[in-house]
Amino acid sequence: MKINKGLSMYAGMLALAGGLLAAGNVQAQSEATECIAPAKPGGGYDLTCRLAANGLEKTGMIDKPMAVSYMPGGIGAVAYNHVNGVRDDDPNLIVAASTGAAVNLALGKFGQYDADDVRWLGALGVDYGAIVVNADAPWQSLDELMEDLKANPGDIAFGAGGTVGSQDWMKAALTAKAADLSPRKLKYVSFEGGGEALAALLGNHIQVFTGDLSELKSQLESGKIRVLASLSEERMGGPYADIPTAAEQGYDVQWPIWRGYYMGPNVSDAAYQKWVDRMSQLAQSKKFAELRKDRGLFPMSRFGPEFNDYVLEQVDQFESLAKEVGLKQ
Amino acid sequence: MFDFLIHGFDVALSPLNLGLALLGALLGTLFGALPGIGPINGIAILMPLAYTLGLPAESALILLAAIYTGAEYGGRMSSILLNVPGDAGAVMTTLDGHPLAKKGLAGPALGLSAVSSFVGATIAIIGLTLFAPLLAEVAVMFGPAEFFALMVFAFASMSVMMGKDPVKTAIGAVLGVLIGTVGVDSSTGVLRYTFGLPELYDGIDFVVMIIGLFAISEILLMLEHANRKDGNDGLPPLGRVFISLKEVMACKWTMGRSGLIGFIIGILPGTGASVAGAVAYTTEKRLSDKDNSFGTGNMRGLAAPEAANNASAAGSFVPMLTLGIPGSGTTAVLLGALMLYNITPGPMMFSERPEVAGGLIASLYIGNIVLLALNLPLAGVFARVLTIPRWVLVPGIAILAFVGVFQLHSNLAAIYLMLIIGVFGYLLRKLGFSLAPVILGYVLGGLMEQNLRRALSISGGDLGILWQSGISLGLWIAALALLLLPWLLPKLWQAKTSKA
Repeated sequence: MKINKGLSMYAGMLALAGGLLAAGNVQAQSEATECIAPAKPGGGYDLTCRLAANGLEKTGMIDKPMAVSYMPGGIGAVAYNHVNGVRDDDPNLIVAASTGAAVNLALGKFGQYDADDVRWLGALGVDYGAIVVNADAPWQSLDELMEDLKANPGDIAFGAGGTVGSQDWMKAALTAKAADLSPRKLKYVSFEGGGEALAALLGNHIQVFTGDLSELKSQLESGKIRVLASLSEERMGGPYADIPTAAEQGYDVQWPIWRGYYMGPNVSDAAYQKWVDRMSQLAQSKKFAELRKDRGLFPMSRFGPEFNDYVLEQVDQFESLAKEVGLKQ
Repeated sequence: MFDFLIHGFDVALSPLNLGLALLGALLGTLFGALPGIGPINGIAILMPLAYTLGLPAESALILLAAIYTGAEYGGRMSSILLNVPGDAGAVMTTLDGHPLAKKGLAGPALGLSAVSSFVGATIAIIGLTLFAPLLAEVAVMFGPAEFFALMVFAFASMSVMMGKDPVKTAIGAVLGVLIGTVGVDSSTGVLRYTFGLPELYDGIDFVVMIIGLFAISEILLMLEHANRKDGNDGLPPLGRVFISLKEVMACKWTMGRSGLIGFIIGILPGTGASVAGAVAYTTEKRLSDKDNSFGTGNMRGLAAPEAANNASAAGSFVPMLTLGIPGSGTTAVLLGALMLYNITPGPMMFSERPEVAGGLIASLYIGNIVLLALNLPLAGVFARVLTIPRWVLVPGIAILAFVGVFQLHSNLAAIYLMLIIGVFGYLLRKLGFSLAPVILGYVLGGLMEQNLRRALSISGGDLGILWQSGISLGLWIAALALLLLPWLLPKLWQAKTSKA
């Protein structure tokens, strides 16, 4: 009896845990929709999937909740290969992607497949890069920082949450290029995630942090940092209204980080069009606008072939940049 | 000054929030106990659920924080009972926890670890309440150079674990470091040892490593002995069930010291419960292992990592609440939850959203009391798990881990990798290696390399940066002292006595 009591208790615990896992992560039925987040739970891709899942459900555009499943590996490479090789024609499957995926495609890090091997569906939101310094730093404007950077590139360490060649690094590299400095001469320190890089900036271990606007919101209020420029086309509203763009200050650097989706290469035109319509309709709803704002994203509406062209063009751009700085032969 | 805390207790003691703290404590214990889930994944999976249920911000945070705390309690269970760490913080718990269980003291071991967890967490929560903003300032003084020095210190403190076979310990640690280098190189983006497999780009997952190394190798060992008819399949006698007050009191200073160590390490962003457990264990071995019984089932060797890993979990809230910077992987996910609720963490949070900041801290106090109350009486029940034959238990755990890992990867590659590592672990055990140094090398080595390279890219290759600041210099001196004193002191003593 005693044995059974312990065993059944343990078994009960295990069953409960299994049930919870399943509840959070339901496997797709044949009819139900699914979004693959090509990362571990809790990251940016998870949020991208949840944005579509919550949005579509709250606006009543799908009746069954959309399943979100995880497929980490190679910053999206594993999922990219999976969709190309296994589920290439699944009409109910979308996969989260971002500017970071485009950068990796440009660098050839997604294996044998290229950017035009999938059907790019659309983007539901966008974030923008930002150039950030400590509040005690001597630079009051982007111009002052750039002048100093040209004079003493060795004294100013840039840092962000990605490796050399990642989209975080691209922001720093483009900034250096705008100051006529070769990105190869730039001092760049890579951290594990934006949070660690921000900590290093607050402790004055690095001088410039190339982060994203949305992750800076809480820091803006505390007054411990100064955002010298946002890498957007125009000034953003709300808490970011006082931040000038780089272009305003005479430097042509833009870095939108879109959050979007792709589908398998052999998905039928009808299924693809259905998703394009669904997403465009979602982007116009008021309820969705709130969800997007909660996640710190700005509006972006590019869908279907227009988005497909946008991504392919972006990948081309990154590729030439990568060749220019010697990241790719 | 502590208005926020009084207000916080008001919030946390409301029936809904109290219920959520209870639920979170239970779920967390479960997530920690099952190898393969762990607090990060548990929270990441439940976070959207909390949001969809429309829980208010403070309630959601209370639920998620209770899961985090509970997981640090639960992680010890499979460490003690099965020699398989339930989560990252519980690796060191296996060293003395499992030998205790083998001696038939599983019940007291579980009880002691519950008490240690409680003491460690309480020390850290009090520290969090009193000094959070001040400590946050100290935490950001730790840059790459200081972290590198801290890792050197951690490796130096491991020297005490060398024990009877120093060469094997060192080789084990180096093997761990090597495994840690697989994947995208963090500073240049170059791929290392990935053999063109995108599944290896992100390196080898902690869960994959733990399950392979500990659980799979255990199954292989059992298979090897399956045909022997010695009539004993490793079932330990089930002795007494409860820990005595005397045993707890004997460990009180161990718990206090380890709680403090865990708290300090927990505050630093980028280091977590595994580092805290390792430093606390080795420190305690140095200080109180008079009869060289650490590793054979010493109560203090169990109390130290348990107090430290819980303290570090609470400590990692300091940078999160005051600076908006995650102190651990789990708080990074919690920070994402705050963002969803449009709450901006930082010093302002204590005045602007006292119900969130205060409610969270108050719920940590309550959650720990709940967990102690839950875990002490149940120690006997959990200990009975051992009466199930090991050939049922260990494969069962492995299967659960397989399911969990597959769920998080949607890919069989992780499972294959786990099996390969299992065979590797089996060979290591057959050759008489201890597994803890391998895991520590794997965890610490990665941190050490990353921070060394970060420091050198800041200084432009000048090694001087590594000991420039007071903090790093202090850590270097401490590391050297750890390595040299045990060797130097007896000689000095001899010289002194021979002179006289």
